[in-house]
Amino acid sequence: MTETMKFVIVGHIDHGKSTLIGRLFYDTNSLPEGKIEELKTVCEALGKELEFGFLMDHLEEERDQGITIDTAQTFFRTKNREYNIIDAPGHVEFIKNMITGASQAEAAILIVDAEEGVQEQTRRHAYILNMLGLSQVIVVINKMDKIEYKKERFEKVKKELLEFLLKINIQPSYIIPISAKNGDFVAKKSNTLPWYQGPTVLDALDSFKIKESEKNKELRFPVQDVYKWDKRIIAGKIVSGTIKKKDKIVVLPSEEETIVESIEEFGKENIEFAEAGKSTGITTKDKLFIDRGAVIIRKNEEKPLITNKVEAHLFWMDKNPYKKGERLLFKCATQEVMCEIETIKKVVDSSTLQTIKENAEEIKNREVGDIIIKTEKPVVVEDFNKTQELGRFVLQRKDTCAGGIITRIK
Amino acid sequence: MDHLEQLESQSIYIIREAYKKFKKLAMLWSVGKDSTVLLWLVKKAFFGKVPFPVIHIDTGFKFKEMYEFRDWCVKKWDLNLIVASKQKEADEKGIGPEAKLECCTLRKTEALKECIAEHKFEALLLGIRRDEHGVRAKERVFSPRNVDFQWNYKDQPPELWDQFKTQKEHEQHLRVHPLLQWTETDVWNYVKREKLPINPLYFAKNNKRYRSLGCVPCTNPIESKADDVDKIITEVMENKTSERSGRAQDKEEANAMQKLRSLGYM
Repeated sequence: MTETMKFVIVGHIDHGKSTLIGRLFYDTNSLPEGKIEELKTVCEALGKELEFGFLMDHLEEERDQGITIDTAQTFFRTKNREYNIIDAPGHVEFIKNMITGASQAEAAILIVDAEEGVQEQTRRHAYILNMLGLSQVIVVINKMDKIEYKKERFEKVKKELLEFLLKINIQPSYIIPISAKNGDFVAKKSNTLPWYQGPTVLDALDSFKIKESEKNKELRFPVQDVYKWDKRIIAGKIVSGTIKKKDKIVVLPSEEETIVESIEEFGKENIEFAEAGKSTGITTKDKLFIDRGAVIIRKNEEKPLITNKVEAHLFWMDKNPYKKGERLLFKCATQEVMCEIETIKKVVDSSTLQTIKENAEEIKNREVGDIIIKTEKPVVVEDFNKTQELGRFVLQRKDTCAGGIITRIK
Repeated sequence: MDHLEQLESQSIYIIREAYKKFKKLAMLWSVGKDSTVLLWLVKKAFFGKVPFPVIHIDTGFKFKEMYEFRDWCVKKWDLNLIVASKQKEADEKGIGPEAKLECCTLRKTEALKECIAEHKFEALLLGIRRDEHGVRAKERVFSPRNVDFQWNYKDQPPELWDQFKTQKEHEQHLRVHPLLQWTETDVWNYVKREKLPINPLYFAKNNKRYRSLGCVPCTNPIESKADDVDKIITEVMENKTSERSGRAQDKEEANAMQKLRSLGYM
């Protein structure tokens, strides 16, 4: 079975995200039969030249207005692996769709228009990539054809961007000059850029690594549900580590202890273990009170923290701002607890990185807050760099209104 | 864990999440390969049980083999089957496949609406996949629909990590899509690995087979010699035509699928 890598393409509106995807498809011979003809028909009907961008823009409005509204995912294959491309919208209005796309990726391409240079969403998207913990990043400077493939302009944009990326701690793995429209250095090298010696976008992608399995780390098994049918089965997806039959386990936050009696799987018997990533079920020796939201760990291993205060970076993505005093639902792995943002230490503009206010009373759409959350019941959390699933959370009204990364645990 | 195991586990997580959050849950089962894989994943998620009803929308135009396969599975897996149908009303009004949009809307969408209203379902599991159609590529895993079934694709809730929209608002139901991330190849590889029973229409007979199943008047077979799962996997991996190329409702005009979906189509 081949491996699959998910990557997201982000950047400012009109810098060429959708066109790059279309080009990748076209040059890797991944377009379905008849697709080019269909695109030509659509473009003709709209009175436009053949536009690769339309490959990913499927909503009527997207094609009419020429902008991507919602994130879309599609697949293509190279000889090395299968890719799942996530196309993220570049318009400031659709930032929550961009985050939705980026939160699912393992790698990212940040695209910048060589002519326009670094723009508002270039910076904001880069900031979000960093916040989401994406470290495999390719920068492409697109539309080189428009600036006659000149090295000087490329170097200028590159310098400007790198200065910004340095501030937010992103070190791109590659910086590639391309023309998505003409296909230069997307899937194929070309003689238009004799001064550039690096890889194509496709080669750069192929060099990235798939996230490794977390099966050898400490056990973290958040309980999703408990089924009381013939047996009492504790169900959930293992976040890290491996759970084995006869393991001595501790249930957090109650800290009750018991022993794994069996690992359950439909149609199979005598299962010995289940590893990270697996949706499994266990039965235990003692009938403990275990419910959704509990986190099971192995006895005598390092524990995550049980606390009611977490310090975090928070990205607010709801039109209605957060005002201090409002109660929200804190969701981290399978834990769901009401909370309040107790302190807003600092609010920052996610594009300019300028501090908007210290000791603020509210956080508005697209702003980033340096905050302290107080939960109404204790939660089990961990450093994001150790266990991502227990170090990130969302806040919810009726819908998710913010995403956060825990920076410090009190 | 390999690619299929990861997909399986993620789908099971989503199914369990839906079951935890919605008391009135059901799944849509078209009797095709995707929703049959979904049904199997439900059994795996709940250790052999299917703890909610399974809805089959019967337009009256399905293939004989589909009804047979449906009834065989219902018996074998002890399913609580609900058949949703507007066949009688459509026949009386004379609405049939000559008018595709109207026919799909009444016989499928309206039939489902009635069924949801009758049983007060809050959420439905569906076996749609992102790689099937461009508009489906934009779906969320938990996707709200209003009372008229409309999909507000321009303002979908954010979906970060495994945190889904699990709070139903007053007037809507949620569509839950556990197979969104699967491709057609994944589905067939999984059918092979799990040795799943699958509708015989998918296998080539006289050099023709169905790649996607719908209603008899609106579904065409493709040229194929693939008469077993292995051959289908090879064919799908090499094939460059779209999976739903035999499905008439996708082709009527540009954006036909979007129109159908904004009216509540699956």
